[in-house]
Amino acid sequence: MSDLDTFRAETRAWLEANCPPEMREPVRDDEDVYWGGRKATFKNDAQKAWFEACRDKGYTVPAWPKEYGGAGLSPAEAKVLREEMARIGARPPLSSFGIWMLGPALLHFGTEEQKKKYLNEIARGEIRWCQGYSEPGSGSDLVSLQTFGEDKGDHWVVNGQKIWTSYADKADWIFCLVRTDKNDKYRGITFMLFDMETPGVSTKPILLISGNSPFCETFFDDVKVPKDQYVGEINRGWDVAKYLLGHEREMISGADSSERGAGIGAMLKRQTGELDPVLRAELAMFDVDALAFSAMGEKFLDEVKIGKAHPAQPNMMKYAGTELNKRRHELIMAAGGSAALEWESEETDGGKPARSWLRTKANSIEGGTSEVMLNVISKRILELPGA
Amino acid sequence: MPLYHTDDQTMLSDTVGQFMAEEGAIAKQLRHWRDRDCKDGFGHGLWKQFAEMGFTGILVGEDDGGLGMGHVEAGIVLEEIGRNLTPSPFLTSAVLAGTALQHGSNDVRGRWLPGLVSGESVFAVAIDEGAKHRPERIKTRAEKSGNGFRLSGRKDFVVYGGSADMIVVAARTSGADDDTDGITLFAVPKDVSGMSHDAVRLVDSSMATHTTFDNVELDGDAVIGEVDGGREILNKVLMAGRVGAAAEGVGVARGAMDMTVDYLKQRKQFGKLIGEFQALQHRAAHLYSEVEIARAVTIKAQQLLDAGSEKADLMASVAKAKVGKAAGLAVKEGVQMHGGIGMTDEYDIGLYMKRDRALAEFMGDVYYHAGRVAEMSGY
Ligand SMILES: Cc1cc2nc3c(=O)[nH]c(=O)nc-3n(C[C@H](O)[C@H](O)[C@H](O)COP(=O)(O)OP(=O)(O)OC[C@H]3O[C@@H](n4cnc5c(N)ncnc54)[C@H](O)[C@@H]3O)c2cc1C
Ligand SMILES: Cc1cc2nc3c(=O)[nH]c(=O)nc-3n(C[C@H](O)[C@H](O)[C@H](O)COP(=O)(O)OP(=O)(O)OC[C@H]3O[C@@H](n4cnc5c(N)ncnc54)[C@H](O)[C@@H]3O)c2cc1C
Repeated sequence: MSDLDTFRAETRAWLEANCPPEMREPVRDDEDVYWGGRKATFKNDAQKAWFEACRDKGYTVPAWPKEYGGAGLSPAEAKVLREEMARIGARPPLSSFGIWMLGPALLHFGTEEQKKKYLNEIARGEIRWCQGYSEPGSGSDLVSLQTFGEDKGDHWVVNGQKIWTSYADKADWIFCLVRTDKNDKYRGITFMLFDMETPGVSTKPILLISGNSPFCETFFDDVKVPKDQYVGEINRGWDVAKYLLGHEREMISGADSSERGAGIGAMLKRQTGELDPVLRAELAMFDVDALAFSAMGEKFLDEVKIGKAHPAQPNMMKYAGTELNKRRHELIMAAGGSAALEWESEETDGGKPARSWLRTKANSIEGGTSEVMLNVISKRILELPGA
Repeated sequence: MPLYHTDDQTMLSDTVGQFMAEEGAIAKQLRHWRDRDCKDGFGHGLWKQFAEMGFTGILVGEDDGGLGMGHVEAGIVLEEIGRNLTPSPFLTSAVLAGTALQHGSNDVRGRWLPGLVSGESVFAVAIDEGAKHRPERIKTRAEKSGNGFRLSGRKDFVVYGGSADMIVVAARTSGADDDTDGITLFAVPKDVSGMSHDAVRLVDSSMATHTTFDNVELDGDAVIGEVDGGREILNKVLMAGRVGAAAEGVGVARGAMDMTVDYLKQRKQFGKLIGEFQALQHRAAHLYSEVEIARAVTIKAQQLLDAGSEKADLMASVAKAKVGKAAGLAVKEGVQMHGGIGMTDEYDIGLYMKRDRALAEFMGDVYYHAGRVAEMSGY
């Protein structure tokens, strides 16, 4: 048996022993997701047990080094773990912007001290982070951001407003893009880290068309941020942000998610009994695209691992993956008929199909819009002029 | 297995790419033979060169004198054929007939494979009956007669049938037209009496035949595999053909896309390169993403086929359908973005459109394969 086969056998046994049956059910809503943080509570004992088992084994962030709270798995081992978890439908034990975004930034740009402190806190689910990039006047054109940090020697005083800050009201800390030099657009932004309980920070939830309020307006009113709380170099925060956008786009594309790559025709047939023939045809065409995209996801991840993927390829993945997901939910609504319209009923688990459908409309906006992705593909991959 | 080419496969791809760009180029092959109204629709000289390069025997086992490689490697050759629109009996001979012959007895293999490997012979396959690919239904019949069989029926879309030294024919030896069982594959030599070809030139200048079998007498040793046991082999032939046609389609798509993106960087209107217009940039970028996805699933299907996986059948259909969509988009956008000159015979982009149309039908179109995906998925 190869080392990897041994690892697979061990992993399978460990999952069998540690992943409770309830944690192998599909995630139905946000309550099923454990986000960690100071204010976190567990939905049930199974969620707690699963999280703690993973935390102790380093499996909340399996590929991070052990000294930062991970399990130090090689890419090949991490893939085995992913496959084995997918096989039994295991839920992620911990979800967070810390794992997806800040962590990779710190691993790349952070000081040893920062890595020890922040990465461990993330891996252990102690601190929940939010992302403060977008502003009312700076969305796609993020680099025009205005939130300003005035240099006061040993600290900055930050003033301004962020918007669309996901879970700002639930987060403990924020990683935030702040202008520190008004004379240099690209080289005048610093990637700051600060506690959301710092005086002067306030949040106001925004109600979405899905009826949920997953994100906020975030206001900074003379917020004091110590001068050692930034990542990378002062005024070079744009480099960090750009690096991270790659990760974010990969994540939103669902390249790594078996659910997004799967066909839906069979499931909808089971749910609804009969499919209108033209709808069936649409579903078949959709399933072709979905299954093909799952191969693309696999290829992309394999190529990323050996550094063979085009650096702008995550933009393509994000574009194709999110557009596909929107189509998926259009078809789920069509198959569901009037039953899928119910907004509050028990049968629909509180309007699940309709709310999810509406939520997916944000997929092609958050993390860079589809149009912006197409711009990047044109410019960086196809090398079209003036794009 | 990682979903990209190994170092060896990358090297093969470089070699094939260079060879095809030189020897298989549009001016040297497609236009050359078309403008001479060649009745074969391809050049035998190039087929010999294919043999010298080892391509013709790429799927043939080493014991039979071939390279014993897999569908990933055959796909590499096909992608370059597609990119250069190289007219070649490679898909029908080396991939489709080649796959069928792998299942033949020593005698059958010994009779036909050496000619394939050496590039002396060209093969065709006769499966379709009617204008659409519906291999579930086979009416052509072979009745027992003495030690052999008597074959009667009509086959359509027999690509390169008129030039073939041997045609693999799927016929019914028992049961009703729609039965799964009762199929037998025959290796029918070109000189049998009672076989007649109505040769037709297709939109892409390739040649195909409507082939009629009128009480064609065949020896027992024309049978490939078992009598009545041909469905299983046929399914393998179809999978190989679908994945192969998908690979060629990926090449067509990439060739058309590259040509178009180049054009966007050259043509000026309104005082700008037309590639500066966002309306065109977004469409080109969308096309890029579709073509990348089509290529990924094609390689996936090739790998599954080589691994003998149960999922190969599903993925072969996904690949053929996805490539059908993506390559169709590539050629349509290609002609449109070339403007008026896209409509001229002088420019190559229109040739891509024509080849795509023929490939889209070959081995089943988007709709056929999307339907199969639905059925195999259980709805
Ligand atoms: C669910 C969700 C969660 C989010 N979470 C966060 C978060 O946690 N933190 C955070 O900082 N931000 C977050 N965002 C904000 C998100 O990053 C922005 O919404 C996004 O960058 C788009 O900016 P905008 O909304 O200002 O739209 P705009 O930039 O104003 O875009 C409006 C329209 O114009 C198009 N457009 C803009 N520029 C171009 C161009 N150059 N070419 C062609 N078309 C163009 C866009 O594609 C879009 O269709 C989130 C957004 C959503 C929907
Ligand atoms: C069959 C046929 C018959 C014709 N008959 C005649 C005739 O009788 N008399 C005559 O004078 N002409 C005739 N024409 C020419 C026809 O009017 C032109 O082909 C047409 O105006 C397009 O110009 P073009 O071919 O130079 O393409 P281009 O203008 O070079 O366009 C190339 C591509 O770029 C796109 N493009 C160009 N500008 C922009 C922009 N600003 N924004 C976004 N996209 C852009 C186009 O849409 C096209 O996809 C004919 C053409 C054809 C094909």
